[in-house]
Amino acid sequence: MLHFADLLQYSDVFFSGLLTTVELTVLTTILGIAVGTSCASIRQYGNKTSQRVVSIYVELIRNTPFIVQLFFIFFGLPALGVRLSPWEASMIALTINLGAYSTEIIRAGLASISKGQIEAAKVLGLTFRQTLTRVIFIPAFEKIYPALVSQCIIVMLGSAVISQISVEDLTYAANLVQSRNFRAFESYLVTAALYLGLSILLRFAFNSIGKRLFVYREAP
Amino acid sequence: MKRLAKFLGKTLIIAAGLSALNATADVLQDIKKRDLIRIAVPQDFPPFGSIGTDLKPQGIDVDMANYIAKEMGVDIEIVPVTSANRIPYLQTKKVDLVISSLGKNPEREKAIDFSTPYAPFFLGVFGSKDESVSSIEELAGKTVGVTRGSVEDLELEKYAPKSVNVRRFEDNNTTLTAYLSGQVNLIATGNLVATEIATRQPKRAPESKFMLKDSPCYIGMAEGETALQAEVNRLIQKALANGDLNKISMKWLKAPLPKGFGV
Repeated sequence: MLHFADLLQYSDVFFSGLLTTVELTVLTTILGIAVGTSCASIRQYGNKTSQRVVSIYVELIRNTPFIVQLFFIFFGLPALGVRLSPWEASMIALTINLGAYSTEIIRAGLASISKGQIEAAKVLGLTFRQTLTRVIFIPAFEKIYPALVSQCIIVMLGSAVISQISVEDLTYAANLVQSRNFRAFESYLVTAALYLGLSILLRFAFNSIGKRLFVYREAP
Repeated sequence: MKRLAKFLGKTLIIAAGLSALNATADVLQDIKKRDLIRIAVPQDFPPFGSIGTDLKPQGIDVDMANYIAKEMGVDIEIVPVTSANRIPYLQTKKVDLVISSLGKNPEREKAIDFSTPYAPFFLGVFGSKDESVSSIEELAGKTVGVTRGSVEDLELEKYAPKSVNVRRFEDNNTTLTAYLSGQVNLIATGNLVATEIATRQPKRAPESKFMLKDSPCYIGMAEGETALQAEVNRLIQKALANGDLNKISMKWLKAPLPKGFGV
């Protein structure tokens, strides 16, 4: 028999966990894409040294497990005198992680903008800012948008491991409830459903942003 | 008919033997008579009892056993037992005492008798020296690390003030790492775990702040051995008074006996 009613008394635990996950996801998505955009620009247009620095960062993060990065920041850095709260450590780890993956994705978009297009913008008398946004970034983002959205969702789902350093996110709530009433099936099923709902919401939000951002095609 | 008679006869002999055993059952006198005390100790549960590098048993329980034998002025026979067979060893009179990190519970109290406690075994809150906390109320507003779902986690949830920031970690090792890296300055755990930290990282050896749940170790003996029980209790009180018990605790648990121990 399933006893979902046993979870009702813990609904506030689930709710505050959900809020923490949403809060961290929104913050790290914005910061991560900002980091990714900057690093991708450097990797595409910067000088040799800065390109090398960025590629070391990207390769370092993309070739190590997220949980190791998280533990290093939370448990390792105090040895150097940097003591972060669980929440801060998770925020930084998630941002660094998304930043590295999105750098590669966004760089692919930037690489797809041909030099001729930029030169055409110049010839047509577009300002530097207009060229940057309308000719380079918006078309570049449009090309890689689905991949970027998927990466953000992967990071949101991957944020489940921050419960390991005692951040009270959605997975923490599930583990806590499960350790109290031993209703593992019910609490993890509910948690899975909540994550699924979050993913759908996040995709929906990204799609509506995309529709607004990539309107230039519909112009007459 | 013959067979039945034989069987009945045997039964009678066994019954007589048993009642004789009961009648003369003053183990303390037996010990003195044979000039030997047989004591069951663990061999697989450090720091209570384990086999040292010299292949001899060592630990709190072994020290305690040697102390009792010395004070009684008799020879000692150390009998290694496991946690599953230590009470049967006592019930079948293979040993006179069980000093094997034995905790009290109602089921055990029906089967055997216990002395007063001789070694601390408890769940408590431990922390660095600069944290001044001495009761669960004083935890208010502080951060405590604990292993999720453990008994100490449930105890904290039940009794700690609401304003305590309880950080729950996945397993004991992560909780220890959180303490050792300074991410939390207080942890709720068992005193053996605290000893383990003190052994591995003497610099950050945690102090015992207060107890959450106390279940000290007692010496077990066969039921109804009042003379033996009184003698063992006397020896424990003596060791408690002259500091020998505290020395054993310092040696194996790297911590003094908790305040009010054995009183």
